[in-house]
Amino acid sequence: MIERRQQESIDPPYLYPDYRSTVLRAPRRPLVQIPPDFHVMPGPAFGRVPVGELDHDLTRQHDGQPLGERIIVSGRVLDGDGRPVSNTLVEVWQANAAGRYADPADQHAAPLDPNFTGAGRCLTDSGGSYRFVTVKPGAYPWRNHHNAWRPAHIHFSLFGPEFTSRLITQMYFPGDPLIPHDPILRSIPDPRGRERLVASFDFDTTEPEWALGYRWDVVIRGRSATPVEG
Amino acid sequence: MTHSPTPSQTVGPFFGFALPFPLDADAVDPGDPRALRIEGQVLDGAGDPVPDALLEAWQTDAFARCRTDAEGAFHFVLRKPRPLTAPDGRAQAPHLNVTVFARGLLRQLVTRLYFPDEEAANAVDPVLNLVADPEARSTLVAANDGPGKLRFDVRLQGDRETVFFAI
Repeated sequence: MIERRQQESIDPPYLYPDYRSTVLRAPRRPLVQIPPDFHVMPGPAFGRVPVGELDHDLTRQHDGQPLGERIIVSGRVLDGDGRPVSNTLVEVWQANAAGRYADPADQHAAPLDPNFTGAGRCLTDSGGSYRFVTVKPGAYPWRNHHNAWRPAHIHFSLFGPEFTSRLITQMYFPGDPLIPHDPILRSIPDPRGRERLVASFDFDTTEPEWALGYRWDVVIRGRSATPVEG
Repeated sequence: MTHSPTPSQTVGPFFGFALPFPLDADAVDPGDPRALRIEGQVLDGAGDPVPDALLEAWQTDAFARCRTDAEGAFHFVLRKPRPLTAPDGRAQAPHLNVTVFARGLLRQLVTRLYFPDEEAANAVDPVLNLVADPEARSTLVAANDGPGKLRFDVRLQGDRETVFFAI
């Protein structure tokens, strides 16, 4: 219960009119509370999602190299006790370096990159770590209000050990001047919650003469069955 | 040390090239004699279709995912799950957990799909019985739509708004 109350100030509300799309899509009736352990959890739910050997490297999915600044994004998936969640599916997707998604719904007048799709998957290792190689996504306009631009971000989809662990969120980049102006990020009431979505630049993740590195850890709800080693 | 969860953000409008995978909506082969086809539509508060939602159906032994089409329509092919025992020992009627992600949803919504041919089990289901209003409760029960077919619409807001659960 304490965790649920804390989460109320961390998670965004459903209705946040500054993000216009919430107005007709947010439910208006209160959510019905059920004990979390009433939810079923299938064995690895994501087991049907195919994960290929190179799916973690978004720069090697085509014949040529994508344009843009090559980066490595790495971190750990942790449960509510801070324990690593191993062997769980992490899915990512993003715009290319010019701020355009390889999605037919995206009509932004920025170029597509024939060498970049912008979708990746991996499973966390035994220490709960994930690692993606990609290019830094560009900012893009989104018509929510006059002169509205999304800060550069990577979408993350995570499963974890329980039904209630399911999380879709976005990772942002440190120092992005658009961050304070973004209604989607500002929908999170607590500034500490917003900071949780901003990765850290990290020299240890950076590979010399190759790619800049960013670190971003994700905490999901629920309890990992993985025992703590040592 | 308590670790509070990372906040949620919307799935946005541009996941269609990334999250769907081959046969994602079919948890079982559509030719399976026990396969049920569930069809539905996601509607917003104006009654308009939501063409950019991602739904996931979860049962104890299966998982399916479906992106809505231009008409807001989705479908799942799966078997009816077995009844479950709740953690407190009471029987739960067969049901699916259904998760909805969409542009404009800053967090996922969670609902349940119950089966219309399980009236006796539904009548004593501890979760259905948390919803006192019969009209609201009826949003959680799929409708028969021909042999092996069920209909389950998801109304995000407004008249006959679907009941959603806190997780």
